[in-house]
Amino acid sequence: MRRVVITGAGTMNPLGTDIASTFEAFREGRCGIGPLDIKDVDRLSIQIGGQIKGYEEASHFNRQQLALYDRFTQFALLAARQAISQSGLTFSGELADRSGVVLGTSGGGLTTQDENYRAVYEEGKNRVHPFIVPRLMNNAAASHVSIEWNLRGPTFTVATACASSNHAMGQAFNMVRSGMSKVMITGGSEAMLCFGGIKAWEGLRVMSKDACRPFSATRNGMVQGEGAAVYVFEDYEHAVARGADILCEVAGFAMSSDASDIVTPSKQGAARAIAGAVKDAGVALDSVGYINAHGTGTAANDKTECAAVADVFGHHADHLMMSSTKSMHGHLIGGTGAVELLACIMALKDGVIAPTIGYEEADPECAMDVVPNEARDAKVDVVLSNAFAFGGLNAVLALRNLN
Amino acid sequence: MSIKEQVIAIIAEQAMLEPSDVKMEHTLADLGIDSLGLVESIFAIEESFDITVPFNANDPTESDFDISSIASIVDAVDKLKTEQSS
Repeated sequence: MRRVVITGAGTMNPLGTDIASTFEAFREGRCGIGPLDIKDVDRLSIQIGGQIKGYEEASHFNRQQLALYDRFTQFALLAARQAISQSGLTFSGELADRSGVVLGTSGGGLTTQDENYRAVYEEGKNRVHPFIVPRLMNNAAASHVSIEWNLRGPTFTVATACASSNHAMGQAFNMVRSGMSKVMITGGSEAMLCFGGIKAWEGLRVMSKDACRPFSATRNGMVQGEGAAVYVFEDYEHAVARGADILCEVAGFAMSSDASDIVTPSKQGAARAIAGAVKDAGVALDSVGYINAHGTGTAANDKTECAAVADVFGHHADHLMMSSTKSMHGHLIGGTGAVELLACIMALKDGVIAPTIGYEEADPECAMDVVPNEARDAKVDVVLSNAFAFGGLNAVLALRNLN
Repeated sequence: MSIKEQVIAIIAEQAMLEPSDVKMEHTLADLGIDSLGLVESIFAIEESFDITVPFNANDPTESDFDISSIASIVDAVDKLKTEQSS
């Protein structure tokens, strides 16, 4: 099997519009969640979210592009541009034919759907723009990244709700590891902060009206966010041969299905994915220093996740750090694992652990070191990123420093 | 139908029981209604009575809406209907 490394990263998220500004926000424990600025917000009972503030689509894309790019595609393209530029790769010949794109998303072009349902149902229009279908389709972002950078190999979209990005990156990892591709562009994107996107979530009654406070006894639910993160996963020898800067190694991946309940998480399902990722990475359990938690801030997730980690790691659970950066950027649903992987890369590269902000009071059912409120300097060699989706689908990635 | 009868009809439908099988002292757990069933029942109550029920599934006991028994739900709906129709 081939070794897989990350040679480029890019992002658009509520904390920053590139890697440097996002890392700075993580270090400062900054909150990117605030009042939502969307149409008909007064008819929502949930009026906060992690929006990318000050984003002007017209300053990045021309009129023809915007006719085809939903907001989730725009975020994916901007993040991919940063990542591919950092990697220094250009794609032609055999490399182009074998390099592809695997992106996660849950809602795809949900904002496009929302706007056009509004036009035909509420405003009574009988005609919509000719490109609504290619704009709203879930694979639009992956296809546009493929088109923009001449990536002509395996390209598709993965949709597993809140685990979409981790499943996508796990797929890309295994494609490079198996030798199928030398380079894969991967990550995820989501732009669900529109009236219908939030109204649907309100129905489940799991949303907070004021803040996302994972693991805190005072938590009262999740908060949605939007954005993307995209990475260049590359064959290690290919990267070394061309003298690329390597951010870290992708060491392992595992996935599991709870096969129990459509929304309530299972400790066993989560534990199997966590233990599986460590095993797949071929590292010892006690080498894991940090876990970026799924940590949604709901009662059900947080205690189940802590119980799963305790089950897998035993006594070592008391010695590892686990934070939820959703407290800062919100839950990016299908894009969340991609943005959260940034905290893992920062931990490995910079030796800084992103905090769980909004932490107010210990919960005995979440008795872990959640790196409360302030970032911490710590040297870690192996880190995990958890994602546990509705539908009971779990996906965990393991990263490590390249020695 | 009275508020009580309507609430019982909603709960009975959710529990797949006859309304006559639902007693005022029953809890939702007694009737086999889980957390997802509870969220659906509250939605049905909101739609039937045209009210907004303050309820967060993360911590049902902290919500202002008392769901500890069928009787408490009927009382809470009665109270909300009075408050929200004024």
